[in-house]
Amino acid sequence: MSRKTALHGAHVALGAKMGEFAGYDMPLYYGLGVKKEHEWVRASCGIFDVSHMGQISVKGAEGETDAVEFFEKITPSAFSKLGINRTKYTVLTNDQGGIIDDLMVTKTGDNEFHCVINAGCKEKDIQWIKSHLTSGLEFTYFEDWSLIALQGEKAEDVVRDVLGKDLSDVPYMGLWYEDYTMFISRLGYTGEDGFEISVPNKDAEALWNKLLEHDAVEPIGLAARDSLRLEMGYCLYGHDIDASTTPREADLSWVMGKNNDGFIGADKVVDPARKRVGVKLTGKGVAREGAEIRTTDDEVIGTLTSGGFSPTLGMSIGQGYVPVEYAQEGTELLINVRGRNIEAEVAKMPFVPAKTKSAKAVKTA
Amino acid sequence: MAELKFTKDHECIYVDGDIAYVGISEHARDALGDLVFVELPEVGKAVEKGGDVAVVESVKTAAEVYSPVDGEVVEVNEPMVDDLELIAKPVNEDGWIVKVKVADASALSDLMDEAAYAEYLKEVD
Repeated sequence: MSRKTALHGAHVALGAKMGEFAGYDMPLYYGLGVKKEHEWVRASCGIFDVSHMGQISVKGAEGETDAVEFFEKITPSAFSKLGINRTKYTVLTNDQGGIIDDLMVTKTGDNEFHCVINAGCKEKDIQWIKSHLTSGLEFTYFEDWSLIALQGEKAEDVVRDVLGKDLSDVPYMGLWYEDYTMFISRLGYTGEDGFEISVPNKDAEALWNKLLEHDAVEPIGLAARDSLRLEMGYCLYGHDIDASTTPREADLSWVMGKNNDGFIGADKVVDPARKRVGVKLTGKGVAREGAEIRTTDDEVIGTLTSGGFSPTLGMSIGQGYVPVEYAQEGTELLINVRGRNIEAEVAKMPFVPAKTKSAKAVKTA
Repeated sequence: MAELKFTKDHECIYVDGDIAYVGISEHARDALGDLVFVELPEVGKAVEKGGDVAVVESVKTAAEVYSPVDGEVVEVNEPMVDDLELIAKPVNEDGWIVKVKVADASALSDLMDEAAYAEYLKEVD
């Protein structure tokens, strides 16, 4: 039996095509269809139910720094200088330097953090985090909370119109919250400006329906969420990154804090022999996950870990791992689809420019 | 109106003499959503009943198109590669993907007619 989010009934009522994702019965697409949903998010504002993702927090005592030290142990990032209510994208590493999950970590206080983790990794992550907790740290799993993503250039207007809140001063990767009944983070998985709104399950459907009433808003399923994130070159856990890929192989070195060499598996995160790259098809066709990456001499050098058609570019794009000598932008490759080689090349990611608000655009009060 | 036949895999077929025009049904088009690519076989390719003869790709997925009969591909719809809208045309006009020369006409007997296919869709839905 698939699990259901608090918004399951709302999706069914909207006539969504449902399908299983990470053990949940989730909307894959609604009436517009995948391509139009994708385009709607790029032009206006879409809402996504991402309540299947896990929300957790780790808190230490005030005046201490043990929660900061904990996150610098379980992730390769640096958190001591991160501002309050600011978020970092990072990864949990295992003792081989492999990626257990990728996650968003928000510093909600000097010694407390809130995280959003992948649906398919919840149990594993929670067990891992709990088993590494040092004494004095308090762990909470917000099992009864929903998460609604609001993505697109009109997201700020929608929040103003529907919720009566002016969030124009909230920077990219910043958090705003109210009375512990609603948390709004300015971030997302589409490359658009937008927010993720966390509310208790009991408030989720009313919020979802209120947002939907706005003319600029359409509901968007997981299929378009995937094509949107692929255009940004974002990783999908279990596909583009997993326990066998290190942050450096995954081209996520930027999440690593300069002075953090004490994280779990740090000694195994060495100069990589292969690297995650973006691939675009210059020949005709569509290449999906699992397609072989070959050199122009037809030698197999890797596999696409994600792939599909980019509605924005009108061409097929993907990601995959290749030996570092083939990782240079513009390197010509072949992608083998059902026995046919299609011309391709290593492409810079994101494939489509991000429109997220600058992290630096903080208005000083 | 041309008599159209259907397979359980949602191919739509028009038979003219010993040539089968193979396309996909409206139901298949709706299920696939926006098409982005059609992969055609080589003319002259020998095909088996139930074997792959072409692939249609949508934003969502790739779907194999199966040959309804044993035979040989005698023509492929090249213009469709650049004009995917053609797939929505009737299969006996510009909506066919490949034309297959039928080796044994008796293989066509288990195809459904429109009424039987409509019934079949009710069952599988």
